[in-house]
Amino acid sequence: MNQSILQVRDLRVYYHTNDGAVKAANGVTFDLRIGERLGLVGESGSGKSTIAMALMRLIKPPGKIEGGQVLLDGVSLLDLPEEKMRQMRLKEIALVAQGAMNSLNPVMRVRPQIECALRDHDVKLSSIALSDRINELLDMVGLRRNVADLYPHELSGGMKQRVCIAIAICLRPKVIIADEPTSALDVVVQRQVMETLKTLGKALGASIILIGHDMGLMAQAVDRIGVMYAGDLVETGSVAEVFADPIHPYTKLLIASLPTLERKEAARGIPGLAPSLRNRPVRCPFQPRCPVAIDRCQTEEPILREARPMREVACHLYSSESSRVMEAS
Amino acid sequence: MTALLEARRLTKVYGGGLFNKSKALVALDDLSLAIEDAPPTITAVVGESGSGKTTFKRLLLGLSEPTTGEVLYRGVDLRRLDRDQRRQFLRDVQAIFQDPDEVYNPFYKIDHVLQAPVANFGLASSKAQALALIEQALVSVGLRPEETLGRYPYQLSGGQRQRIMVARSLIMSPRLIIADEPVSMVDASLRATIIDTLRDLNRRLGISIIYISHDLTTAYQLSENIVVLYRGGVAEAGAIDRVVQQPEHPYTRLLIGAVPLPDPKRPWGHVENVVEETEKVRAERKGCLFANRCPHRMPMCDEARPPQFQTAPHHVTACYLYRESSATTSTTLQQNFVDRSNLAPS
Ligand SMILES: Nc1ncnc2c1ncn2[C@@H]1O[C@H](COP(=O)(O)OP(=O)(O)OP(=O)(O)O)[C@@H](O)[C@H]1O
Ligand SMILES: Nc1ncnc2c1ncn2[C@@H]1O[C@H](COP(=O)(O)OP(=O)(O)OP(=O)(O)O)[C@@H](O)[C@H]1O
Ligand SMILES: [Mg+2]
Ligand SMILES: [Mg+2]
Repeated sequence: MNQSILQVRDLRVYYHTNDGAVKAANGVTFDLRIGERLGLVGESGSGKSTIAMALMRLIKPPGKIEGGQVLLDGVSLLDLPEEKMRQMRLKEIALVAQGAMNSLNPVMRVRPQIECALRDHDVKLSSIALSDRINELLDMVGLRRNVADLYPHELSGGMKQRVCIAIAICLRPKVIIADEPTSALDVVVQRQVMETLKTLGKALGASIILIGHDMGLMAQAVDRIGVMYAGDLVETGSVAEVFADPIHPYTKLLIASLPTLERKEAARGIPGLAPSLRNRPVRCPFQPRCPVAIDRCQTEEPILREARPMREVACHLYSSESSRVMEAS
Repeated sequence: MTALLEARRLTKVYGGGLFNKSKALVALDDLSLAIEDAPPTITAVVGESGSGKTTFKRLLLGLSEPTTGEVLYRGVDLRRLDRDQRRQFLRDVQAIFQDPDEVYNPFYKIDHVLQAPVANFGLASSKAQALALIEQALVSVGLRPEETLGRYPYQLSGGQRQRIMVARSLIMSPRLIIADEPVSMVDASLRATIIDTLRDLNRRLGISIIYISHDLTTAYQLSENIVVLYRGGVAEAGAIDRVVQQPEHPYTRLLIGAVPLPDPKRPWGHVENVVEETEKVRAERKGCLFANRCPHRMPMCDEARPPQFQTAPHHVTACYLYRESSATTSTTLQQNFVDRSNLAPS
């Protein structure tokens, strides 16, 4: 269970704009374990989709993967020739992209859209086997079989998202990345889609990276969570521990800002603005908004390190020599 | 007093025509709601995807014509506004669109969507003043002007684009903001910031808000009253505190039960396992639209749509479980709403 299927090391992705590079992924390092569901959360613009696209090697100019390593089951994805990488997609690692349900082809029924994905990967099946396969996929994502013969506009949002998931799993990938798969859906459908993803992950033995900003959804859907801030991970840990006892000041404020139906109160946002991803000064990116920053935070960028067993955090308050400062505060 | 904006028995049917209901899709069914100019109110319109929220918004803005019923701006049907009234309407009533991409032209810089209203309505007398106005609006939604202006839409993340839409509506100093899913793409802390911004606009500038969302939690935090839509019809409406604490319609209860708690130790309970209906099946249903998913389904539910029953002074529910209460006599929903002056200060 502790073996990693995916190892991401120091992943860097920059978007080169006229006025400098936007460092959207700035040295991201994490592991995805076999069978695990990992949640990536972080504010809008923190680089979540960028990481998803980079893992698939689908970053488009002016974006560029500047460095780092991505090992999928030991294979270094960033070093593969494009043709090999194309074969890995869907088969080994699949993405349900942000807004995917709106990019289904509107003039094509569902069946040919799934067939296309299979054919792209030279899966040669007799027409009966193909039809069986599509039925099986629809069953797996909880759709009626007749959905194959409908057009996207005849489907509800939740159904469209399920079609996208069916396409993503059609070759039984080992890793499924779902980028905000339920953000556009209402809570009832959201929950059903999440349950489907969970069940599927188990049935296929696949590991899942779930990207989102809804902490409530994460609390219910993943095993482990990684909190992103300004292009980098600032905290990781089991979802139970991170919620019960967040370490990084950003995570603490994020959890405190969650509204509930149990209390009516002005939930407070985190004051200040997200930092620029260009011209990053050497300091902790959260320092300008951090209520407990110390001098060191202005001059040195903290790196993600183990704070406790199975818990990592990037914060100077938790590095060994200043641990007493932290206890005192 | 004439309302600022009033929906009277608003119905929108797509396709099929009014008399061929089997082919038609009733996107909005007989909704009446008025927003007064004062006191400023915040009303939530909540419902799942496809429940008619955006349809309602488009009708209120005059972007689409009702099949039956009408929308009145200061007492005049939107279709009959004269030039000056129309101009005033376009300033008074602002919209924040659900899909910011509908508004952005990929070939124009972000600046364009912000400058256009300033220019069209002569809001500034100099370039510097225009810029100040725009910058102020950006900062109030948590964006850095120097890093937002001069960029193209594709250079910003989805959440950033959405916030620009909020900023844009602020520039016009409107009387009413109709916000369609303004926070669906942003994270919790930013969500709280945008909700705070909307609340602040309401309290400080007296702007009324119609908050359209499928997110019940933020609706609860922000609003005084709520309309729960299910497939175009009003399932339940009234004072939001009461509706959330004592939900009546089985759909509202389902909705509240499915809100994920931000606490891994308190998992989601039982999962309702519905097979979703296609658009065609749902168009043909003649009884209660929720019947196929309802745990309390009775024979009468399949025969005719339930009327709205008045279950409490500030609460109406369209469900036969409440048939002991009398059907409501109010002609528009806000007659069931609470006034902020009745509420404890928050
Ligand atoms: N083509 C591009 N050119 C320039 N900058 C870009 C481009 N695409 C993304 N960015 C910038 O990179 C950063 C990360 O974007 P990304 O889409 O990964 O964020 P995200 O965390 O997925 O946000 P959201 O929650 O809004 O989807 C943002 O600041 C964004 O403005
Ligand atoms: N132009 C149109 N032609 C035909 N049907 C339409 C049109 N616009 C909307 N509909 C249908 O009307 C119903 C209500 O749609 P609407 O967009 O108002 O829902 P919504 O509540 O805003 O949903 P969401 O939460 O997904 O935004 C849906 O079934 C939709 O498919
Ligand atoms: Mg994204
Ligand atoms: Mg909508």
